[in-house]
Amino acid sequence: MGIYTDIFLTFAKIGSFTLGGGYAMVQIMEKEVVDKKHWLDKEEFMDTLVVAQSTPGLFAIDMASHIGLKLKGVTGGIVGALATALPSIVAILLIAIFFQTFKDNVYVEKIFMGVRPCVVALILAPCFGMAKKAKLNKFNWWIPLVTVVLIAAFGVSPIWCILAAGIGGFIYGKLKS
Amino acid sequence: MIFLELFYVFSKIGIFNFGGGYAMLSLIQDEVVNKHHWMTINEFTDIVAISQSTPGPIGINCATYTGYTAVIHAGYPTWAAILGAVLASLSVIWLPFILMVSISQYLIKHHNSKAVTNIFGTLRPVIVGLLAAAAIMLMSKENFGNPAESPFVFVLSVAIFLLAFVGTRLYKVHPIIMILLCGLAGLLIY
Repeated sequence: MGIYTDIFLTFAKIGSFTLGGGYAMVQIMEKEVVDKKHWLDKEEFMDTLVVAQSTPGLFAIDMASHIGLKLKGVTGGIVGALATALPSIVAILLIAIFFQTFKDNVYVEKIFMGVRPCVVALILAPCFGMAKKAKLNKFNWWIPLVTVVLIAAFGVSPIWCILAAGIGGFIYGKLKS
Repeated sequence: MIFLELFYVFSKIGIFNFGGGYAMLSLIQDEVVNKHHWMTINEFTDIVAISQSTPGPIGINCATYTGYTAVIHAGYPTWAAILGAVLASLSVIWLPFILMVSISQYLIKHHNSKAVTNIFGTLRPVIVGLLAAAAIMLMSKENFGNPAESPFVFVLSVAIFLLAFVGTRLYKVHPIIMILLCGLAGLLIY
């Protein structure tokens, strides 16, 4: 299988199972791109998350562009981004044209009552593996904690947390050397 | 010209979207319902509901549906509406993509520079907090049911959540398999 076909199929698969927003696909993408295909290592994957989160645009599409780009330049990026968007476009078009009553379907609602709690678990699960990879220790354990409180309790935008941490890291590095 | 307008509006929505799909909903609503009258507020609420039960980023879902509906409302046939839907969806993507390409290329080139290493050293712990915060904020009654009104749904939701967490984390079940299993469970139980 050619690398472009591989990129296309992998991201189309990821796009098909991105239910309930971009964060839900983090674990699926990690499994496919890091564990299975070895296109990136775990640290690089986390760095990609940072970049995708701090740039405008849709999280999942940004991730796909970056990974595609890393593999095969701009063409790879385009293939990755389009493949992630394609399942979504097709599904919505089919619903718009044929099933206007899709959302009222009682079976669809039942399925989603099961899927929604699962999606929350899928978002939480990768945190623990990433905590290890982020080299959390007695000096920096407070960073994720403060981030959680700022975002979840005070409604601070993740962008500000990333900016503050980035500038903090830069200054800390300067002071150390 | 409806197609040019769609292109302009959704390019704008794409580039001003920081921080995920839900953040862009209010922006889309303002443009699509209040300014351009492409659809009513009820139709917009429908889109949000449909987006939550279909795959893909919510921003793309909204763009596709709006593109289709706006062109149909303007009196064009179905094939033109499909074109409008694809156009609106691609409009959301293209500007952030160009920006992402420039940033990515810089990072790939300077991956080992001291400044980049320092910055990402503190950013990695932040990402852990970011994901945890996203999960905590989704632990809502929309996703788990209201414990006071429907304790049955709530208890089952918590059970599904715990099983999905343990399954993917400890037993390494593939997340896609997990989603399918939980969907099947919902269909059978409720």
